[in-house]
Amino acid sequence: MLNLIARRLALGVLVAFTVMTLAFMLTRLSGDLAISIAGPQASQADVEIIRKAYGLDRPLYVQFFSWVGRAMIGDFGQSYFFKDSVANLIGRRLPITLTLGLVGLSLALVISIPLGILAALRENSWIDRGVTMFTMVGQAIPSFWLALILMIVLGLNLGILPISGTGTWQHFVMPGIVLAFTAIPALTRLTRSGMIDAMASDYIRTARAKGLSRARIVLKHALRNAAIPVVSIAAVQLGFMLGGSIVIETVFALHGVGYLGWESIAKNDFPVVQAVVLVLAAIYIGLTLLSDILNALLDPRLRTG
Amino acid sequence: MSEPIAIHAPLTPRVGMAGFAVGIAIVAFIVVVALVGNTFVPHDPFTQDLGNRLKPPFWMEGTQGEHLLGTDQLGRDYLARLAYGARISLLIGIMTVITSGLIGITLGVLGGFFGGRVDDAVLFAITTRLSIPVVLVALAVVGLMGSGLGLVVATLGLLLWDRFAVVARATTMQIRNLDYVNAARCAGASTAHLLIKEILPNIASHLAVVATLEMALAILLEAALSFLGLGVPPPLPSWGLMIAEGKDYMFFSPWVIMVPGVALFVLVLGINLVGDGLRNLLGAERLR
Repeated sequence: MLNLIARRLALGVLVAFTVMTLAFMLTRLSGDLAISIAGPQASQADVEIIRKAYGLDRPLYVQFFSWVGRAMIGDFGQSYFFKDSVANLIGRRLPITLTLGLVGLSLALVISIPLGILAALRENSWIDRGVTMFTMVGQAIPSFWLALILMIVLGLNLGILPISGTGTWQHFVMPGIVLAFTAIPALTRLTRSGMIDAMASDYIRTARAKGLSRARIVLKHALRNAAIPVVSIAAVQLGFMLGGSIVIETVFALHGVGYLGWESIAKNDFPVVQAVVLVLAAIYIGLTLLSDILNALLDPRLRTG
Repeated sequence: MSEPIAIHAPLTPRVGMAGFAVGIAIVAFIVVVALVGNTFVPHDPFTQDLGNRLKPPFWMEGTQGEHLLGTDQLGRDYLARLAYGARISLLIGIMTVITSGLIGITLGVLGGFFGGRVDDAVLFAITTRLSIPVVLVALAVVGLMGSGLGLVVATLGLLLWDRFAVVARATTMQIRNLDYVNAARCAGASTAHLLIKEILPNIASHLAVVATLEMALAILLEAALSFLGLGVPPPLPSWGLMIAEGKDYMFFSPWVIMVPGVALFVLVLGINLVGDGLRNLLGAERLR
């Protein structure tokens, strides 16, 4: 078990370092950063001052290692546009993105697990087909478009939810629903196929032979086994959801990390862009690690692996 | 090292052959519209007519006969723009799948065939790719390098190869020691021959299913990028961009976002139905 965690941790660190390198290279793609920060009206002298002030006159490898070294201790440098430390900016915005992610994931689980069970228990019935159709539709709806439709229906026509902003818990309802929709198709299908496999297994036949009630068989015996992949995928899915929340945060003007990323891309604020890419990747890496550990805890067969 | 799996891959859905037929019909229709649609629409998708702004489509009151789907905020014919937008969506979907397919299939087949160190490197590449937030990085690349159709394709192609690699690797592993591959090996076939003539044709059907999924994903991502203003540049009528431009008017004229949104939804649904039908036809679900 410890061995497994240690190996996964080492892999995670290696992946994080690779992502750091890629994030650094990404922001250097645009050519001369000093010119883009200074803006079109700047004179040659201004550009030189900015280049010196931000340390862009140093060789690339020096810039890279100084950035990596500082990022290790949580110092991501200064934002050009927001005139604040990047760590502060992200620290303020992260709780909003995490709240959104957790709301979205909870909604997704509450909807997809019962749907998946229902479809599995009535395999090939019209309920099953309906659920499959629902997942196909969910997969094809563009999330930003669903967001706009909810704004029109829930925000304008019914007037029960605020259309954009961050202030209260109501502001998280619509973005949460939209985010949930990005995970519901995969989670529903996973629950369904897990339940079908579980219901066809020997231990369920034994449980039936013992004369246990159907509810007990489904909820206690089958669901526990079908839940293993769902729980581990849910953690990974949360990572994807946080990474993908940039579109939803931007539509709803929800001031989370994704919105911050979008703002800083528009403003050429590269220290923020680098840091946001890194933070979202690090969260994903952490969640996959957590998912592996959860998997091992839930399924004793994997512990020796 | 645990195996990365492509978690957004749908697992054994069965809509049946009716779904497959509907999917093919949808995709075929949109392909025809993309190829010749604009020759049948009497208006040009780029010509502005500020006197005829935001005219409603045929099912609403106040519609004008000559603009079947109405006009946008600059008075451009919505039907003409919608038909032209099909070209952009399909072009981006196909080009992205070719790019990402080349990268992913190469990596996956090499990893699955050779195993050992090569496979470790491929798995590491897949793990790293999965931890990169796609939308953010795609936005950043386009934001920093300027928007354009070619750049969007290149960016999405470089980001969406993971599922190709996962499936190509898993399927190659399953067949690399089967009799016909060993027979070819014993007959003195070169490694290149084994990979291209023996392995590739036998995993192609599984890759075709992945291709449909990736195409749907690429089309949705392009629309999202264009919607955020960092994808296909105006005045090109990308459906995502049309939704973005209509956003300011959606509370008074909801159809300006409904029309391109429904088009996008139907196209992606059609492609997914085709992929689903292919999977059932080929029994590909056994391999995940």
